[in-house]
Amino acid sequence: MLEASSLAYRYGKQHPWLFNELDLRITPGEIVGVSGPSGRGKSTLAKVLAGYLPPGKGSVMIDGRPLPASGHCPVQLLFQHPELAVNPRWKISKILREAEEPTPVILQTLGIESAWLDRYPHELSGGELQRVCLARALGSSTRYLLCDEITSMLDALTQVHIWRVVLNLARSRRLGVLVISHDKTLIARLCSRNITCLEGAAALS
Amino acid sequence: MLDIRDLSVSFTSYSFGLKRMEVCVVRGLDLSIAPGQIMAVIGQSGAGKSLLAHALLGILPRNARVEGQMSFKGKPLTPYRLSALRGREIALIPQSVTALNPLLRVGGQVTRAALLSGISKKEAPATVRQAFVRYLLPKGVAAWFPRQLSGGMARRVLTATATVGMADLIIADEPTNGLDPITARESLGHLRELADTGKAVLLITHDIEAALQVADMVTVFHAGATVEVARAEDFKEPGNLRHPYTKALWNALPANNFVGTMKPIARASNADGCPLQFCCNDQDSVCGQSVPMLKRSGAGWVRCHHA
Repeated sequence: MLEASSLAYRYGKQHPWLFNELDLRITPGEIVGVSGPSGRGKSTLAKVLAGYLPPGKGSVMIDGRPLPASGHCPVQLLFQHPELAVNPRWKISKILREAEEPTPVILQTLGIESAWLDRYPHELSGGELQRVCLARALGSSTRYLLCDEITSMLDALTQVHIWRVVLNLARSRRLGVLVISHDKTLIARLCSRNITCLEGAAALS
Repeated sequence: MLDIRDLSVSFTSYSFGLKRMEVCVVRGLDLSIAPGQIMAVIGQSGAGKSLLAHALLGILPRNARVEGQMSFKGKPLTPYRLSALRGREIALIPQSVTALNPLLRVGGQVTRAALLSGISKKEAPATVRQAFVRYLLPKGVAAWFPRQLSGGMARRVLTATATVGMADLIIADEPTNGLDPITARESLGHLRELADTGKAVLLITHDIEAALQVADMVTVFHAGATVEVARAEDFKEPGNLRHPYTKALWNALPANNFVGTMKPIARASNADGCPLQFCCNDQDSVCGQSVPMLKRSGAGWVRCHHA
């Protein structure tokens, strides 16, 4: 279980707390949504949960232990702009192998074609590149996936394709998924439970 | 106001030294807008939406070749006429604040846009002030730098920049990208206001739900071609939609069925035949033989052999 208890974060001492006393639990196989207007700390929450930012107060635990300081992090974060999340000078084959060699099954379910492997990131479309990022994040020890607006730049057809893959994987590998989106209908479709980020705090519903 | 027939854009590039390659990115693009209308152009990334905007403004790179007919207010749009019209009668609302100069105060940048659009030096300050009032920008904002603007405010400044010169055709490139729903609705509301004053608005977006909130007509691009032109209200009832791709798009919306009934392929096949022949479920031998023509269908248009 991924567990955040009385979590708080602020960018510097003179800034207000983006969220405070936030408690969040994601169990394996569960899909949780986070919505709310921009600037309320949704993306910051994801970065804290994935270990990119140290929490200001509180803690993030995985099965009662803190996140590992080195090695493959079991909590993986996916970003809104995949083109900014990859090295533009690396070919797709190298990007895919950044963490570990992806299994053929993952490449097949994500529909990653062998023709892409020799290309550079700018030669793929946004939807294709997002799938490459998804394959990279789905290493064998990944157990939680945090999706920060991963389909808001994509058209409806590509969006549905990506989410179908994530939902199937969440079911078959018992991944816990956090879905951050401003699209309430999308969250209602995907998630069993929804959290709304409000000013200075998180309201559970 | 604007009429585009069978526009195609291709790029020449050199690979392996002097081996010349021509890549056709857009082919068979048709579009027309009347005054007072919002025409939404929807399609996935790589469908050629932005190239359309760039072709309309004449800012494609030098290795691009444009073919087809474009006419604006009844007269053909030549490269020479284009360079005279852009910024005056055709204006672009860019996608993000990065289009503004980060080192200049926003008031100065709106004033410069006003001067470039042909407003005299004497009248410019008053016009700019009016534009700021119209978009509810507080007075002090004119002295701000672009980095100080919030997302919604940046949209309003960009809209003010494009509309200060009384252009008749406004091109809005992804006006709701990265905005929360409230700011997005406000930004779309401004486009509706512009259309209601008799301007033609070209709304380029990948977000159908946003487009349907304000648009009158919708042009669907896929793989570099116009596949369907429909009225916005046709999207209320999937039976009214004409093209298999548009139907798949409707089914994929979270508010509708949220299922992918068509494989998402990105690129147009440069082979003969329908550009969608490899991902469409309704395809048969006819689809591989010839590129379907855009034909009239009710109040809209469709490009499919089987529609």
